[in-house]
Amino acid sequence: MVDAELRRPRAVAFGRGGLTRFVPQTTVLSEDDVARALKRMAHEIIERNSGLDDIVLIGLERGGVPIAHALGDALAAIEERDVEVGTVDASFHRDDISTTHVLPEVTRIPFSVTDKHVILCDDVLFTGRTVRAALDAVTDFGRPKTIQLAVLVDRGHRELPIRPDYIGKNLPTSRDESVRVSLGGVELGTREALENGTREGDS
Amino acid sequence: MKDLLTIGDLGADGIQEIMHAADSFAEVCQRPIPKVPALRGKTIASMFFEDSTRTRTSFETAAKRLSADVMNFSASSSSVNKGESLRDTVETIEAMGVDAIIVRHKSSGAPEQISRWANASVINGGDGWHAHPTQSLLDVYTIREEGRTFDGLRIAIVGDISHSRVARSNIEAFRTLGAEVTLVAPPTLLPPHVEALGAHVSHDLDAVLANTDVLYLLRMQHERMDQALVPSLGEYHRAFGLTLDRAKRLPSSALIMHPGPMNRGIEISPEVIDDERVRVLNQVTNGVIVRMAVLYLVLGSAAADRSAS
Amino acid sequence: MSVFIHGGQILGPNGVERADVLVTGSSIVGTGLDLPVPGNARHIDAAGCYVMPGLVDLHAHLREPGTEEAETIETGARGAALGGYTAVVAMPNTTPTIDSPSLVRDVLAIAEGALCEVVPAAAMTVGREGQLLTPMGELARMGVRIFTDDGRGVQDPALMRSIMEYATGLEAITGGAPVVLAQHCEIEALSAGGHMHEGEWSTRLGIGGQPSESETLMMLRDIALARRTGAHIHFQHVSTGEGVEIIRQAKADGVKVTAEVTTHHFTLTDEACSSYDPVFKVHPPLRTAADVDAIRAGLADGTIDCIATDHAPHEPHTKEFPFDQAPPGMLGLESALALALTELDLPIERVSELMSSNPAAIAGIGDRHGNPVEAGQRANLVVVDAESEWTIRGTAMASRSHNTPYEGRTVKGKVRFTVLDGELTVDDGVATR
Repeated sequence: MVDAELRRPRAVAFGRGGLTRFVPQTTVLSEDDVARALKRMAHEIIERNSGLDDIVLIGLERGGVPIAHALGDALAAIEERDVEVGTVDASFHRDDISTTHVLPEVTRIPFSVTDKHVILCDDVLFTGRTVRAALDAVTDFGRPKTIQLAVLVDRGHRELPIRPDYIGKNLPTSRDESVRVSLGGVELGTREALENGTREGDS
Repeated sequence: MKDLLTIGDLGADGIQEIMHAADSFAEVCQRPIPKVPALRGKTIASMFFEDSTRTRTSFETAAKRLSADVMNFSASSSSVNKGESLRDTVETIEAMGVDAIIVRHKSSGAPEQISRWANASVINGGDGWHAHPTQSLLDVYTIREEGRTFDGLRIAIVGDISHSRVARSNIEAFRTLGAEVTLVAPPTLLPPHVEALGAHVSHDLDAVLANTDVLYLLRMQHERMDQALVPSLGEYHRAFGLTLDRAKRLPSSALIMHPGPMNRGIEISPEVIDDERVRVLNQVTNGVIVRMAVLYLVLGSAAADRSAS
Repeated sequence: MSVFIHGGQILGPNGVERADVLVTGSSIVGTGLDLPVPGNARHIDAAGCYVMPGLVDLHAHLREPGTEEAETIETGARGAALGGYTAVVAMPNTTPTIDSPSLVRDVLAIAEGALCEVVPAAAMTVGREGQLLTPMGELARMGVRIFTDDGRGVQDPALMRSIMEYATGLEAITGGAPVVLAQHCEIEALSAGGHMHEGEWSTRLGIGGQPSESETLMMLRDIALARRTGAHIHFQHVSTGEGVEIIRQAKADGVKVTAEVTTHHFTLTDEACSSYDPVFKVHPPLRTAADVDAIRAGLADGTIDCIATDHAPHEPHTKEFPFDQAPPGMLGLESALALALTELDLPIERVSELMSSNPAAIAGIGDRHGNPVEAGQRANLVVVDAESEWTIRGTAMASRSHNTPYEGRTVKGKVRFTVLDGELTVDDGVATR
């Protein structure tokens, strides 16, 4: 299982304090469940848009990128045609640099978004702030016909008027719980603080 | 990391993190709207106690592409000498409410002193003969952009090492990343105890050329003639300038770099300026990108430190 | 009025011995055990302390007249007393320069009633400009024995030769007492643009360096001229190991040369400048660990005659300029003895020579300062607890300035009492006025 979090570049010189580690408690979706959910979401996208004309996928760095690619593969398999997939890092459009500070990834949108139906893809929808930032980031690239939102898990606790169009799984959570998502499955757990100087994924 | 004062503050990790972030900003600069709201609401004071249109413009462009507000402070050192101490000046600016201060000063160490007095982040925009970390970072980015790896890379820095903040910071940055640095200059333009800088030394550019992957030329100041450090600019050019003949003997894969502005006919012959190995304009472009990364990371981690404590 | 100092170890004519001291009026009237003590005598408990001749500083900047915001004769003398000094030689680089009899008289008048004796030195050249001789004869006639352009050295060799020759003629006025020419050795053409020692650290820090040769070349010149003229040359604040060796050789050759080193030149190195804090900027600059070692060796073997302070107060904001713009100099009077006791592995008798009897002799005040603690001597004394630890704090000093380079350093050696002409100037660590 590949945990997206482990592939984040290390931030040592510019790291933030208060690092945490995910402690899993229950498995919510298995690998097969995730695949089935994505397939269903792909069908819904095709149905809602009457096919794949002018459809492009953009995954939100970092957890949304594998979701976008997997959805893209599922769409391509159903309609037997390629779908363009881009990535966007919304860090520069966030309103909370002080609490979200991690090293940014390169945004790669190698196609025009103007007059397209952009399907923004993310792993978990929580407060909605990342999606809000991503909307701003994507619209800097052009003027899409529509922007739709696909998320594998909606865990609630929205702080902005944002609603997903395609949902893999509605997962009621409490605020202090944490969700870890990958194509290999979805787990519910908690976060515990790491002592200074140790980092998850190092070794 | 609240401040960026020297390359030594960063270490290899810090340099790599800035390079990583700079890749993102390189993409931002390619967008139809090359501007992001990352530092919206942040105020950055650019305090230039020494004129430098190039560096100031580069920093201000970087700050504006991040949507920060830029406050300009110009002070010739003479006006500051009217009894107002450096601390007075800094505290006055900080009282106006700034999140970061970019400092350019003709005195070595001024940014470090300011960082002790200021709560705001301090970014060294070049101090005296001491350090110019953002120049080094843009130079590292420029070499890295060519797909070169630093481990074992042979870099020759040619010219007035003694009075050069660029040389000191670049030696530190290049060596931190594993490059072999050779300083090429007449003894009068090398600092006493040059061995403290940890680089090889040569007085013969011709002997070094063939084994050079990056030829880094420093700007030659006219006042060095008055100080009797070199006999004439002509002699300097003949001994240490990149002439057409030397350019032919430099490996075809080598890069030619210069922090600018170039003195044509002194550090480099006019006929070499358009050589395809010259990366001077890439350096300028990358200056904005790297400074965006520096401002974003320094202000971001400073804010994260504040909210964590 | 009598003062009875009991329970201490005195530095008497036969070295260190356990003895009490009785002072009456301005003189020591008795030392020993079981002294007859007058009923009204002030009793001072010196148990665990040395009772030593009061310290003499050959080199202090009291800043008055001209820069009273940094120090005054009153505050400088108070700090001196707290540091165990009973006499300090005041450098003439004030504003205006002390280069005339009337200005010397002014300084002496202001110093009336100060907590230590202030001995004015006068400039060798008018305005310390290195052009014209000051009226050295008139100045010598009114008692000036030390001439110096301190802050600068005399750059012109012909002028220096002339000063030396003229000075040798003044002994007719002084009744044979030596006239001392105290030189700040610095060839300015070599040190120009320098703000710290030229070495590895200046290279790393990108600060212009002052090479050791800017000091040693002037020393070699002055030794040659002193050899020719017979003048007494005194080298101020020797900072280089090469300089120590030059003096060692000159003394062996019989040249009339004496030398002082400052506290900071045997306790700090150029590495201290790596913080760019101008509190570590001083002329001559802090040099290398090898120089520190050579200076310590020179202090131990007699090559160096004195420890001086080069006490140089600067008001706080002046040290908040960039390193190359800030003025050079650091405080010294209140910390010198403790640093000598803490940092130098020397017997107390040698420390006393270096800080009291030798500088008193050079300053021409050996009649009243720097003498063994014995009956008949003037009562200029210091009672110091050599083992008592304390922490140096600039703001806790009597000086109007705070520019100590030792902020936060813990040292041992606390001045408990200082006695000037039989009167307490420091009473249990506190200045009496």
